[in-house]
Amino acid sequence: MSDVSAASPATSVAATSAAVPPMVLAEQVSKSFGSNEVLKSISLSVAKGEVMCLVGPSGSGKSTFLRCINHLEVVNGGRLFVDGELVGYTQKGDTLYELQPKQAAAQRREIGMVFQKFNLFPHMTALENVIEAPIHVKKQPKALAIARGKELLDRVGLTDRMGHYPAHLSGGQQQRVAIARALAMDPKLMLFDEPTSALDPELVGEVLDVMKGLAQSGMTMIVVTHEMGFAREVADSLVFMDGGVVVETGVPREIIANPQHARTKAFLSKVL
Amino acid sequence: MTDSRPQAKPLATGSSPSLEASASSGPIRAVKLKHPWRNVIAVVIIIFAVLFVLDASQRTAYDWPSVGKYIFDRRVSEAALNTLQLTVYSMIIAVTLGIILAVMRLSPNPVFKSVAWFYLWVFRGTPVYVQLVFWGLLAIIYQSIDIGIPFMQPWASFQTTAALNTFTLAVIGLALNEAAYMAEIVRAGLMAVDRGQEEAATALGMTWFQTMQRVVIPQSMRVIIPPTGNEVISMLKTTSLVTAVPYSFDLYTRTRDISAETFNPIPMLLVASIWYLFFTSILMVGQYFLEKRFARGVGDRKPEKSEKVSLATGVLSTVPDSTGALPLPIADKNGGDSR
Ligand SMILES: Nc1ncnc2c1ncn2[C@@H]1O[C@H](COP(=O)(O)OP(=O)(O)OP(=O)(O)O)[C@@H](O)[C@H]1O
Ligand SMILES: [Mg+2]
Repeated sequence: MSDVSAASPATSVAATSAAVPPMVLAEQVSKSFGSNEVLKSISLSVAKGEVMCLVGPSGSGKSTFLRCINHLEVVNGGRLFVDGELVGYTQKGDTLYELQPKQAAAQRREIGMVFQKFNLFPHMTALENVIEAPIHVKKQPKALAIARGKELLDRVGLTDRMGHYPAHLSGGQQQRVAIARALAMDPKLMLFDEPTSALDPELVGEVLDVMKGLAQSGMTMIVVTHEMGFAREVADSLVFMDGGVVVETGVPREIIANPQHARTKAFLSKVL
Repeated sequence: MTDSRPQAKPLATGSSPSLEASASSGPIRAVKLKHPWRNVIAVVIIIFAVLFVLDASQRTAYDWPSVGKYIFDRRVSEAALNTLQLTVYSMIIAVTLGIILAVMRLSPNPVFKSVAWFYLWVFRGTPVYVQLVFWGLLAIIYQSIDIGIPFMQPWASFQTTAALNTFTLAVIGLALNEAAYMAEIVRAGLMAVDRGQEEAATALGMTWFQTMQRVVIPQSMRVIIPPTGNEVISMLKTTSLVTAVPYSFDLYTRTRDISAETFNPIPMLLVASIWYLFFTSILMVGQYFLEKRFARGVGDRKPEKSEKVSLATGVLSTVPDSTGALPLPIADKNGGDSR
């Protein structure tokens, strides 16, 4: 994790080697909704295989930033690269041209996203949810998609729940199906937007365990979360955002133990 | 299960926490609320109905022998088939066009939005009868239909009367009017689908069209089907207005024409009503199965055997089990007789 934001105090962490391009590179990304400036010149990079936790108070722009990475939200300024590829635009000279919807959709296939409210398709069973995009987006043969879907549901511990509709699954089970659904597209990057915030406390662990396994398998992950235990144990880097700017970045253990910035201190004292 | 209140003694002992009481009297018994008045009212209604039927069967004005004679008369059954065809064809066009209009109204494209809005303004804002008369006059307003580039020699040209018979005009008239109403029904259905669904589908790399087709529209069906069933039944009856085109081979116009010959309108009205009711009943059965099909995965679906196991874990605590009994240790199974 190398931080190139001018706004943040230099807490430079084990920088990635220059030869390998980062998985995510944000250059002065800004985003406004009307006159409300939600992201103010965010610059950061996430190396391949890195797990980054993004924390910050409500309304600080964490979800918006994740959605920009996936081009669900169009940035107003700056540039975002995923695996060296400009997100949502093609650049010719000094001008950015917005991508055709088809091309933007193709970019999103490479990026998995997990939502706070699961957003499973309620009219499909767990397995159908998982194989939907492989079959209809990736055009995989059905038999192959089913075999892979079963394998993924097995991996998230839902072997016996494949034929169930989301309404008949617990929150933790639904979120694990949602993770399997995202993984079925073989993404190179996974985005998690508060994946455990809508869960009953006793169900949080099962989802975090799945995410931990995923991190250990080498997946690049950006996780918005309030689970500081997860951040400390699993994440390689921690980014604290407030008011649309990156306030502090560094090694999770160090930031949590010894926050440099007053706003980080105040926030951590509330969530720890 | 709000109508099943416990009435057994240990529970009814008022505000005092009856821990001891229930402990001493063993398992709790829950008796369902009885509804004696329902039965009384039902009996009264049945008596009136029987009296009415007995009376009607003897009244000469209904002329039941004529009803029996004409109900399967070839002219009548052909007319019934025509009415059914008018209904089915115009509804198929109306639903298709309605979906297109609804999607256009919800699209971010201002041109599509305005076109759809204008369509609704015109076709909802004028009576269907007036529209049907207009379609009937189409051949007078536009004597020929030309296909080609404006102001140039047309590639093809048809006489309007030859290209469009009155049946086709009736279908067009009914369909275009109905599409405006269907568009609003479909729009309500599409808007009822959670935004997160579209977002999840988009994040998986689906195109907008795939998202609509695979995720949003199937879910909106649950909301769309009941009012659409309503519209189909309404359309079946609206076909009686096609005489405005004028198309005169539908059920109502045909039976009226026959009664003009026989000077006996009442049995012909009964004949038409019986046919309308017959079709309506079939449509209602169809609607039932469609609703079941699109209710997949929704909470009110009864859990299957294997899924009942998870009831005990509290996951499905709001879903009653298939006997409709309370999830209490022992519920009075015989209390279900009132439903
Ligand atoms: N589609 C939108 N239109 C207008 N304003 C928006 C939109 N989405 C987000 N915002 C605003 O952007 C700001 C940041 O929102 P965002 O959801 O990114 O915050 P967050 O850090 O994820 O907060 P939380 O922890 O509550 O999820 C908020 O003030 C919010 O009101
Ligand atoms: Mg958020």
